[in-house]
Amino acid sequence: MANFTVGIGDLKVCRVPDVLVTYALGSCVGICLLDSQAGVGGLSHIMLPDSTSGVNATTTPMRFADTAIPMLIRQMEQLGASKARLKAKIAGGATMFATASDKFNIGERNIAAVKRILMSNRIPILAEDTGLDYGRTQFFYPETGIMEIRAAAKGIKQF
Amino acid sequence: MLKNYDELSPVAIDCLQEIGNIGSGHAASALSAMLSQPIKMHVPKIRVLDYQSVIDEIGGPEKVITGIMVKFSGDIKGMIMFLLEDAFAKLVVRTFMGKDNIDVVKLDETDFSAVKEMGNIMGGAYLSALAGMAGFDVRMEPPSMTVDMMGALMNYPMIEFSEVGDKVLYIDDGFIADKDDIDCNIVLIPEMESLDILMKKLGVI
Repeated sequence: MANFTVGIGDLKVCRVPDVLVTYALGSCVGICLLDSQAGVGGLSHIMLPDSTSGVNATTTPMRFADTAIPMLIRQMEQLGASKARLKAKIAGGATMFATASDKFNIGERNIAAVKRILMSNRIPILAEDTGLDYGRTQFFYPETGIMEIRAAAKGIKQF
Repeated sequence: MLKNYDELSPVAIDCLQEIGNIGSGHAASALSAMLSQPIKMHVPKIRVLDYQSVIDEIGGPEKVITGIMVKFSGDIKGMIMFLLEDAFAKLVVRTFMGKDNIDVVKLDETDFSAVKEMGNIMGGAYLSALAGMAGFDVRMEPPSMTVDMMGALMNYPMIEFSEVGDKVLYIDDGFIADKDDIDCNIVLIPEMESLDILMKKLGVI
């Protein structure tokens, strides 16, 4: 069993019983996808909602929800997953600093974009731990489908 | 026109180093006055690093740290973020509130405000060093503070300043108060245009 770390603006896929983890999501969102029948899991750590308004969008598609999620689906299909069977669990999208001058609440916009893109791909969201004001580390165990969230002051929760 | 921080010449880095020195001097005397005790400073080191290297340098994405962020605008725009080890918050709360052995993740409102205010004063010290050297008018916004995993805190500048790129000016600084050695990591992110203006004004590009 291997443990794969997904960096910021990165994505990875694996087969059971491997484990995927991404550390310290703030306003970023981590998207876990699973085809339990094929035993294929994936995790994408996005920073921004929309590549069309992004800088360097063509060189860093894994940073944006609208380009990263389709990439994750394609890579899972290459390992034998079927898009029709995919289920999602998501976490993150917090507001880390409350400031008066914020042009946008990026955490909330990230969550909204992820939900919209999953819905347009007909992928149901089975669980989420999103919003609020704290950072989250996200473990994903495709073998059981469990998403585990670890936060500094809140301990460990399973979804 | 500078396009990214990598284009800074060694002379420009030296110049930023000197601004860091002066800023640290100001910050140390402000701290010393507020805490009514002598504060010694280490010589700060400034480097151009990407976010991931800064996170790794300070202790990894899950390390819980006190982040105090101050945005500034005026002749130059950007943000300065202090990433402070627990020793800093403990020193401030001990000195002002007379409390020992606090849990930095669970500060009450008054303790939280006291630590944030010290961060604000230090931010002011650095920015006045910057402004003073270049003769700029720089205004600070009220500070914002969060105690949480460093990786999560860094999401904020990474996204807010994503057009600047993946690099920041990282100042590795520290103070000695009493017997406590207090690491103080500073992330300074001027907008590219502002850095260009600053460097031209100082005559290093």
